[in-house]
Amino acid sequence: MAARKPVEEVDQVAIRFAGDSGDGMQLTGTKFTEATALVGNDLSTLPDFPAEIRAPAGTLAGVSAFQIHFASRDIRTPADHPDVLFAMNPAALRANVDDVRRGGMLIVNSDAFTPRNLKQAGYDDDPLPALQERFQVVEIQLSTLTRKAVESVGLRSREAERSKNFFALGLVCWLYNRPTEPTERWIESRFKKNETLREGNLRALQAGHAYGETTELFPVSFFVPRAKLEPGVYRNITGNQALAWGMIAASELMERPVFLGAYPITPASSVLHEVSRYRHFGVKTFQAEDEIAAVASAIGASYAGMLGATATSGPGFVLKQEALGLAVMVELPLVVLNVQRAGPSTGMPTKTEQADLLVTLYGRSSESPMPVLAPSTPGDCFYTMLEAFHLAVKYMTPVAVLSDGYLANAAEPWRIPDVETLSRHPIRFRTDAKGFAPYARDAETLARPWAIPGTPGLEHRIGGLESEELTGNVSYDPRNHDRMVRQRAEKVARIANDLPPVEVNGPDGGKLVVVGWGGTRGAIEAAVDEARRDGTSVSSIHLRYLNPLPADLRAALERFEHVLVPELNLGQLSRLLRAEYLLPVESLTKVEGQPFRVEEIRGRIEAIAAGGGSE
Amino acid sequence: MTAPAAKLTKKDFESDQDVRWCPGCGDYSILANMQRLMPELGIPREDVVFVSGIGCSSRFPYYMNTYGFHTIHGRAPSFATGIKTSRPELSVWVVTGDGDGLSIGGNHLLHTIRRNLDLQILLFNNRVYGLTKGQYSPTSRLDMVTPSTPTGSIDYPLDPIRFALGSGATFAARSIDNDARHLQQVLRRAYEHPGTAFVEILQNCPVYNDDEWIEVEDRKTKLEAALPIVDGEPLVFGPKGARRGIRIENGVPAVISLADDADAVAEGVAVHNERHESPAYAFALASLARPDFPIPVGVFRAVERPTYEGLLQEQVEVAIRQRGRGALHSLLTSGDTWTVEA
Ligand code: SF4
Repeated sequence: MAARKPVEEVDQVAIRFAGDSGDGMQLTGTKFTEATALVGNDLSTLPDFPAEIRAPAGTLAGVSAFQIHFASRDIRTPADHPDVLFAMNPAALRANVDDVRRGGMLIVNSDAFTPRNLKQAGYDDDPLPALQERFQVVEIQLSTLTRKAVESVGLRSREAERSKNFFALGLVCWLYNRPTEPTERWIESRFKKNETLREGNLRALQAGHAYGETTELFPVSFFVPRAKLEPGVYRNITGNQALAWGMIAASELMERPVFLGAYPITPASSVLHEVSRYRHFGVKTFQAEDEIAAVASAIGASYAGMLGATATSGPGFVLKQEALGLAVMVELPLVVLNVQRAGPSTGMPTKTEQADLLVTLYGRSSESPMPVLAPSTPGDCFYTMLEAFHLAVKYMTPVAVLSDGYLANAAEPWRIPDVETLSRHPIRFRTDAKGFAPYARDAETLARPWAIPGTPGLEHRIGGLESEELTGNVSYDPRNHDRMVRQRAEKVARIANDLPPVEVNGPDGGKLVVVGWGGTRGAIEAAVDEARRDGTSVSSIHLRYLNPLPADLRAALERFEHVLVPELNLGQLSRLLRAEYLLPVESLTKVEGQPFRVEEIRGRIEAIAAGGGSE
Repeated sequence: MTAPAAKLTKKDFESDQDVRWCPGCGDYSILANMQRLMPELGIPREDVVFVSGIGCSSRFPYYMNTYGFHTIHGRAPSFATGIKTSRPELSVWVVTGDGDGLSIGGNHLLHTIRRNLDLQILLFNNRVYGLTKGQYSPTSRLDMVTPSTPTGSIDYPLDPIRFALGSGATFAARSIDNDARHLQQVLRRAYEHPGTAFVEILQNCPVYNDDEWIEVEDRKTKLEAALPIVDGEPLVFGPKGARRGIRIENGVPAVISLADDADAVAEGVAVHNERHESPAYAFALASLARPDFPIPVGVFRAVERPTYEGLLQEQVEVAIRQRGRGALHSLLTSGDTWTVEA
């Protein structure tokens, strides 16, 4: 065997795989991510796929992409500009090339650059010659090479063609010195029952790897050393997986089974799929006939003493609002998860947005307060879910969790918590009939007792009609209604007593604070940290609690001259902060269905620092 | 859940709430019969849950001294699904009406029936919206004049029993608000049925649709207008001297006259069978309506099939048996992990 090619060490790389939605780009990206995690890099991913399951092959509408950013240091985002674009066809190139860093590498499947495909992608001529001026273009006859590699296995030519993503994966694994063994193991088990496919895919993977070593196209390979992460056991996790596991963990820590009622909807469905796999934890999942039945069944389950939850996205969330009003009225615990997507209406189901904050806070009829929490990273989804269940039970209230399409599918290394260190909150139902009243409130939390059917002596009726204080009997008494409306509001407001103090990233006073919520955390903190390193006075605060807001937030904001709120909507949190605190909050908004780029936030920070920040 | 020390009585099932239906409303009688039946069924009071949606009938849970949940319009079956799936040991009763159950809640009723949860679903059919003051409902007759149809309704009505059968009901029955004996019998059968038991109760709304069912409520006309259906018995009705029977040929029912002493079966009168696997017979029977036919009352269909909550519970148990009771630590560390040393 020839001497190995030299290996060059780099501290970070971002790669984007792009192809037709049938090209298996998500799988390629996910497997590359797993291999990268095992090397011990910090990483962040951005899957970006079309809503159509199979858009016409070769069209821009059908392009599916997966970006991974990995580094030997702490990173917060999938990167603004990939260093490498692996494009399986002209459409994939066209849809993505403008994002690539100048001077970056384009690896293209030249077999796919046929006149027909070029035309379908909207190219009049072959774009590659012109692109050579800006990028390092590497043309590979991916289809031909793959077909050759799997020839002897006996795959039909269509199947052989389909395994080219494994060739690509093998090649990129070679280029960045990632192990192929985890993928090999995966192929072995995935295609256990189909020997030809198993052999074909394995050979394609290995051939891709070998091709890297032998071809003259790549004189060197690269290596990104292990990141100095906090010690511990790590795994990769996506937001939706963490939400699902958070539900199961809540059930274990609170010692009651979870009931998840849900209706399939992008991008929340995978939470239902994931939870459904763990029946041996005693969880019950129910795929309802619609969004309303989903939430209603979950409330019914809570009424019966389970940890009721429902998971949806914007359009489904809106359908649930009336039932959520009932949950507010009857004061039962419930967790409602909204994995936000671009809207309104059907919008762009596979694209991210965070524009459901106001509808969550104010979208129900009448005075119907509900606590709202938002996770900020994929791993944080786990803890947010635990906290949501804990608050729901402690305060006997529905709690909304606002995740988003980006967090749902993005992966990051996650330090697995020691189960023993997670706080346990075993549920105690009311069983004592003496002095029982369905709406007698806890002096501190104002929660009413949770008395479940099957408990002798506590038979009682609850419902959506206004209840009389204490007894819960139907009441039209004007003063009673006024008192009950205020009690329900006060109960939610008191959750602020449980919240930790506001954490400021950076100095706790100065020229500018950037305030965010939800999945924008990585981009905001990356921008703020960069700017501060470069001498700009800027800090950031990231809110997990949107209702109630932390009690010390006003004071924290008032220590800064400027408050900037970047959001993937038209300014919903900024509106809320202005209304709450009468502060001149500045707003940075974006609604492209994509996460913020660090440079977008950084640009605004510098503009404000330079004195020209207002809208 | 301890067994009741002494046998409970009707009083034990009456809540302290004033009943607020209009005077003469058929709901009173249904409530009284339910309260009378409950102690007979011998279920501990704390294990009984009444769930309702919105409408006159949906006030029912407030008046039963059991657990009760008055929910939102049309969705009671879905709340009940969550309750029963979570706690299969509870006795869960859904009370709904023709508007609540078949209009706004039609979708939930359909899917709940088809899943065959062990619920009792009682649909009080008064063929009108009462609580919202008299608009026509999905079961109202064509041409009915109401505030929203001043020149007559142009909606073809829906038949609850056929709706239930079409949804795959394993149990479908019909009874009448003022026939205490029959109503209690049917409710008991519904309770005993292991699966979704759908019961339509013909109910009078004296305020907005008075005497809609008078022919089958009035003792004098009942023999003419009602067809009692009893498993294993021929479909015979009518007073002495005007005895008639129902013959079903090629799925098409017809009325035939019978001498008082004639053997109905020999004359070709259909014999009622609740247990046909195919719902076609029950469907044909359910299509009998006034004025050409008597209204069948009794149990149309009663077949057994595993329940949803039973199958789900079984999946949980099988999963625990096969994989062992889930442990959080093994879940979190499943799949690929790596260790970062200090
Ligand atoms: S409106 Fe009709 S159905 Fe409603 S309570 Fe009055 S009589 Fe009964």
